Amino acid sequence: MATEILMPALSPTMEEGNLAKWLVKEGDEVSSGDVIAEIETDKATMEVEAVDEGTVAKIVVPEGTEAVKVNAVIAILAGEGEDVSAAASAPAAPAPDGAAAAPAADSPPPAAQPAAPAQPVAVVTAADPDIPPGTEMVPTTVREALRDAMAEEMRADDDVFVMGEEVAEYQGAYKITQGLLDEFGARRVIDTPITEHGFAGVGVGAAMAGLKPIVEFMTFNFAMQAIDQIINSAAKTLYMSGGQMGAPIVFRGPNGAAARVAAQHSQCYAAWYSHVPGLKVVMPYTASDAKGLLKAAIRDPNPVIFLENEILYGQSFDVPKLDDHVLPIGRARVHKVGADATIVSFGIGMTYSVAAAEQLAGEGIDVEVIDLRSLRPLDLDTVIASVQKTGRLVTVEEGFPQSSVGDHLASQVMQRVFDYLDAPVITICGKDVPMPYAANLEKLALPSVEEVVAAVKTVSYRD
Amino acid sequence: MVAKAKKASAGAASGRKSAAAGRAPSALQAPSPAKFSTEQELDAYRQMLLIRRFEEKAGQLYGMGFIGGFCHLYIGQEAVVVGMQMAIGDGDQVITGYRDHGHMLACGMDPKGVMAELTGRQGGYSRGKGGSMHMFSKESDFYGGHGIVGAQVSLGTGLAFANQYRGNDRVSLTYFGDGASNQGQVYESFNMASLWRLPVVYIIENNRYAMGTAVQRSSALTDFSQRGASFNIPGMHVDGMDVRAVNAAAEHAVARCRAGEGPIILEMETYRYRGHSMSDPAKYRTKDEVQKMRTEHDPIEQVRARLIKAKQASEDELKAIDKEIREVVSQAADFAQTDPEPDPSELYTDILL
Repeated sequence: MATEILMPALSPTMEEGNLAKWLVKEGDEVSSGDVIAEIETDKATMEVEAVDEGTVAKIVVPEGTEAVKVNAVIAILAGEGEDVSAAASAPAAPAPDGAAAAPAADSPPPAAQPAAPAQPVAVVTAADPDIPPGTEMVPTTVREALRDAMAEEMRADDDVFVMGEEVAEYQGAYKITQGLLDEFGARRVIDTPITEHGFAGVGVGAAMAGLKPIVEFMTFNFAMQAIDQIINSAAKTLYMSGGQMGAPIVFRGPNGAAARVAAQHSQCYAAWYSHVPGLKVVMPYTASDAKGLLKAAIRDPNPVIFLENEILYGQSFDVPKLDDHVLPIGRARVHKVGADATIVSFGIGMTYSVAAAEQLAGEGIDVEVIDLRSLRPLDLDTVIASVQKTGRLVTVEEGFPQSSVGDHLASQVMQRVFDYLDAPVITICGKDVPMPYAANLEKLALPSVEEVVAAVKTVSYRD
Repeated sequence: MVAKAKKASAGAASGRKSAAAGRAPSALQAPSPAKFSTEQELDAYRQMLLIRRFEEKAGQLYGMGFIGGFCHLYIGQEAVVVGMQMAIGDGDQVITGYRDHGHMLACGMDPKGVMAELTGRQGGYSRGKGGSMHMFSKESDFYGGHGIVGAQVSLGTGLAFANQYRGNDRVSLTYFGDGASNQGQVYESFNMASLWRLPVVYIIENNRYAMGTAVQRSSALTDFSQRGASFNIPGMHVDGMDVRAVNAAAEHAVARCRAGEGPIILEMETYRYRGHSMSDPAKYRTKDEVQKMRTEHDPIEQVRARLIKAKQASEDELKAIDKEIREVVSQAADFAQTDPEPDPSELYTDILL
């Protein structure tokens, strides 16, 4: 019986990879454990071992192929005594969809059809007023955008350096610092021991002395070890010193859920940090915002919490080709202009919001989508103006529901423009549970496009 | 010399030989006390007396309700900061915990500004927004004033990191107590400081009590000079009641750091006469213990006795110094009581730059 060799998933969030190299050719005998290929993920180059013995009957995906979906058949192995050519020509089983690597969760029930088909509205992403019209745009991943931002600022200012676990020789646990060690050397790209509390404090001390550290946390979940230094030392010193001494420092790293990493590696800290005076808090969605806001964060004389997301790292967005693309911290961006209801979100919450807006457009509901980008300072004016226009508000985030960012927005909107509201605000959050591991439960614990769609319909009295 | 703190209960730390024998961490011998010139003796006397009188006044103002919240006095420990400070120069940084008034005065900060901060007035170093535990002065290279026990150790290590990054020869003097010595981030910082050979002098002011808990009751290894052993950081015991002994150790440590040889620990055996804070009746120790320390080891009396005995200063001259210092402290106290409170608008300033 011929064995299909499938594209393996080599990290929690990997959906596809490049088949960099075959180390065997058709006709070769392999035994279990032999390295047969090299796969390049967005995080590393990994070797693939044969898990069975036999003869390579057919190489289905040639080397050099990019974006091979996880679970796609990449080769066929003929078993002992099996006719190699027969095995090679045997109809390969339909390659599982790449997304099958993602949890095989219970499918949500299909969305109910609207009673009366409405006229679809066109979805047009609004232009960012901070980017000059006509600027050439280059598709860039969030990962590259973050690295470019750091590299540009490090070229411009010798006081800027990056420190954290695996940022240098390993090239970054998530490859965000890839190439920085080569360009800037070990003085400015510093591998630390696994001591978040200690190196956060060392970073703050260096910042108090006038340097501009970028402290990378492998995930913000680990930054809970360091939160005393972030809050008590970095955020409060300027005030406690009567303005004499601040901490120009950036704490950055992935925040929130990745995929299947369970409760201790999946928490979103947006609401936590947004609570604290003395901090700026940024949580970008697009690559353009990631780049422009990280550059702004590095130049900012205040401590900035820069919350990234592992799932977004590999996503591509247009990034303006500008010599110095810097965006203002504290200003929201209208991602899509709309008239019927307002969705406010940030970070990965935008993925649900954008998909929901597209679906709703097909049903004739024209939603305005606001990407907050910064959570502190919070651009309430943009939110208020939108609510005054639409009269309806849905907020979307992955964090826990109690004392969420959405709660704060709802409270502010209620206090400031109560009379403009045509329906109670709905705040969509992650569920009020530690993140479960099981694929179906994890999916249930996170917000979904369906929830956002349903919420917009509820506030629009369309359900 | 202060009696050494009793060793930890037998066997706890000494029961087994280190598996990683090889390089025993160096337990350094403290150098002989520095030979002070008359000028240096008088300088040390003056500075220690300023701290003593300032703290006594702060205690009074607290009792009168002018100072609120927590107020931790440095009385008894003056020789430590004064002896250390005499060994450093411009650009060397100082950072400590919340028992910080003495460090600020030794760094040359204005007693008026410090006292006015204690009373929460606009003329205070932090414009009244920091209080006793949170004062800073970039001008005087004083980096606080930190209320979280042990936090200053990581921060002070970061100051040393900045010196190395900039390639200058400045040194970070990072002070903390026997209590802070049990905090985890202290050891995280030791590890990085040694790994990267950062120019930091860790000064452990062992005043024998972490708030009300005696070192024997809180610390498995009460020889704090060896707390860097796992990180290959050498350490020495220093008589923290003798300003000359402190100074000699300081000179050694600072020179070592400037030469790029990495961090060092100085365990200062010292004693605080007052309670942990103003509200501490200090029932955890006997009056005799305190009295014995005051009469036999007082850092200021030691200098005074030497000056008189060697005829380097007369009683009258010392009285004149005392009078002058009382005047400085009195002016600081007057200022701190009459200076206005911060303007209400200050509530919303200095949050972000």
